[in-house]
Amino acid sequence: MDIAITASGLTRRFGAVTAVDHLDLEIPKGRIYGFLGPNGSGKSTTFRMLCGLLRPSEGQVKVMGYDATREPEAVRRELGYMTQRFSLYDDLSVDENLEFVAEIYGLPRRDKRDRIFEARREYRLEDLRRQRAGTMSGGQRQRLALAAATLHRPALLLLDEPTSAVDPQSRREFWESLFDQVETGTTILVSTHYMDEAERCHELAILDRGRVAARGAPKTLMNDIDATVIEVACDRPRQAHHVLMTVREVRSVTQLGSLLHILVDPTMTDPEARIGKRLEEERLPASVQRTAASLEDVFVAATRMSREGPAS
Amino acid sequence: MKSLRRIRAVAAKEARQLVRDRLTLGMVVGIPVLQILLFGYAINMDVRHLRAGVADEANTALSRQLVEDMQAGQVVRFVLQTHGPDGLMEALRRGEITIGLYIPADFERRLADDARPAAQLLADGSDPTILNVAIQLLKMPSPLIVAPARNSGQLFELRNFYNPERRSAVQIVPALIGVILTMTMVLFTAVAIVRERERGNLELLITTPVRTTELMLGKLMPYILIGLIQVTIVLLVGHFLFRVPMRGHLGDVYVAALAFIAASLTLGLLISTLAKSQFQAMQLTLFVFLPSILLSGFMFPFDGMPPLAQQIAEVLPLTHFVRLIRGIVLRGASIGELLPEVWALVTFFAVAITLAVLRFRKRLD
Ligand SMILES: Nc1ncnc2c1ncn2[C@@H]1O[C@H](COP(=O)(O)OP(=O)(O)OP(=O)(O)O)[C@@H](O)[C@H]1O
Ligand SMILES: [Mg+2]
Repeated sequence: MDIAITASGLTRRFGAVTAVDHLDLEIPKGRIYGFLGPNGSGKSTTFRMLCGLLRPSEGQVKVMGYDATREPEAVRRELGYMTQRFSLYDDLSVDENLEFVAEIYGLPRRDKRDRIFEARREYRLEDLRRQRAGTMSGGQRQRLALAAATLHRPALLLLDEPTSAVDPQSRREFWESLFDQVETGTTILVSTHYMDEAERCHELAILDRGRVAARGAPKTLMNDIDATVIEVACDRPRQAHHVLMTVREVRSVTQLGSLLHILVDPTMTDPEARIGKRLEEERLPASVQRTAASLEDVFVAATRMSREGPAS
Repeated sequence: MKSLRRIRAVAAKEARQLVRDRLTLGMVVGIPVLQILLFGYAINMDVRHLRAGVADEANTALSRQLVEDMQAGQVVRFVLQTHGPDGLMEALRRGEITIGLYIPADFERRLADDARPAAQLLADGSDPTILNVAIQLLKMPSPLIVAPARNSGQLFELRNFYNPERRSAVQIVPALIGVILTMTMVLFTAVAIVRERERGNLELLITTPVRTTELMLGKLMPYILIGLIQVTIVLLVGHFLFRVPMRGHLGDVYVAALAFIAASLTLGLLISTLAKSQFQAMQLTLFVFLPSILLSGFMFPFDGMPPLAQQIAEVLPLTHFVRLIRGIVLRGASIGELLPEVWALVTFFAVAITLAVLRFRKRLD
């Protein structure tokens, strides 16, 4: 299979902080590859190294066959980059921003009007044509940024949290359009904090403090989770929460309404019975059930584990 | 071809942003008009009607004639009569007067005696202009008509070319074009790139195929036009309000201005690649602006400056522009006669833009 991005030992330090720590990546062409990770885990820094904006402190990175550090211009021709922070011009209108981007990329004049027209339709910007970007809502602005990033039909799209302010309906449409583009051979690298979005990626890397904590297809990650997932229903979930936190094997407890969602160390034998018994002792009758892991469980397990070290 | 399109796109974008920035747009017209009015009217180097005091202890016909002669010259205006040098000194200290005339009781006897000064001028030396006036007053002819020893005749006769009425507006206004352009042009481009960095635009811009040179040239273009507009404003106001003559060719003025605008704009770009924030860019601009004003010959004559100051001045674009514009506007010189100054500006432009392009990295670190 063709490879769009390879990185080996990719590292970036800012003074004492190591933002990206010996990252290895291999991203195949024609896929949606997701980056999931807590704040400050190095997602944006990795994106910036991929498009030659930051030089790696160590390691190599090849993007679309070019060395991103030595031939950034060659890489940039293939690339559409949507920055996390809005980076088009606040004091220009939707049309003017798109026009500017089209000119900078030197789109053939014949195509230019068609593409801008299509982009406006695709990202529902038709009613906002003359509005200044600075006065638009967060989600509208992200749609504009996305339209701009895809205007020149790049072979590789880097999207840094493209939907962080977008409503669910627009997010669905946005992901549909991503799949359309993948169909035509585009490779997409996208970072997100949304589990539902992560779940739609072909492949995922969960980053934690600059390292890959877990990677693979979302389904595989959920099946192979290194934890037992248990659900507890009881009348007094707050008290149960406190009790459960004292159980040594319990890694995390999340309350969902009156339900408690628990991640337990996989080495614990017969966890349902033992947890049920422990709650019984505290006079907290509960129904305890094993359930399938969600991607969020994978995320919590992965980022927690690397925090406490895999041995614990 | 694509390169031209990109330059045009950057220029168009920059122009749009400029037009939408009301305050900056106001400055384009406001600064020249305000400056020329300020410099033209307030900074009047023709000194008139200085407040003066007199202590006439002789009180003879001759001493009164001296006071009248001085008053008639319009340079001083007597507002105070007092007694003795002490009275004058006190008034000087309090700032009531800036010049004092002390006429001692034996004034007439002193007049006849060449060895002793007949009267005394007390001047507020804390202001150099006033001191100059006092020195001028010393050359006043003696009121004693029969004093052949003093009428030895002047050695030199001054013939003032190009500005016979000695109006300072005539000297100041043309060079003011340069001062105003230094102020606006350098600042406009100094903040241009830093602003994009601060607003986050740069992160996107540098991942596009736009080249550094294209970006720089595109950013310069709209400001060249702005500069020429400002030149026109100053020329018009100068001509109609201050009757500044135009002895050379208008075309030459614009050629000189164009060279100077290009040099100033690239200086701003260079600053923009050095500064990390808009605030820093403004400080750096000021750092260039002050020596420009002081050393360029706009305020003080170039020839009177120490060699080091002259060397610094030769590097500043304003120095060359002041020579160009005074030459063209006041002395009627053609640009061909002032080519070295034009070359100096063109060289400055070439060096500054090269440095700016070299310094600018299409990277964030
Ligand atoms: N220019 C910089 N100078 C110093 N430290 C930096 C710089 N850029 C990033 N960092 C640090 O590097 C780490 C990773 O930052 P990065 O922006 O890559 O995180 P992120 O995963 O994108 O986070 P978020 O989800 O909040 O966007 C953080 O600790 C951040 O403070
Ligand atoms: Mg980020």
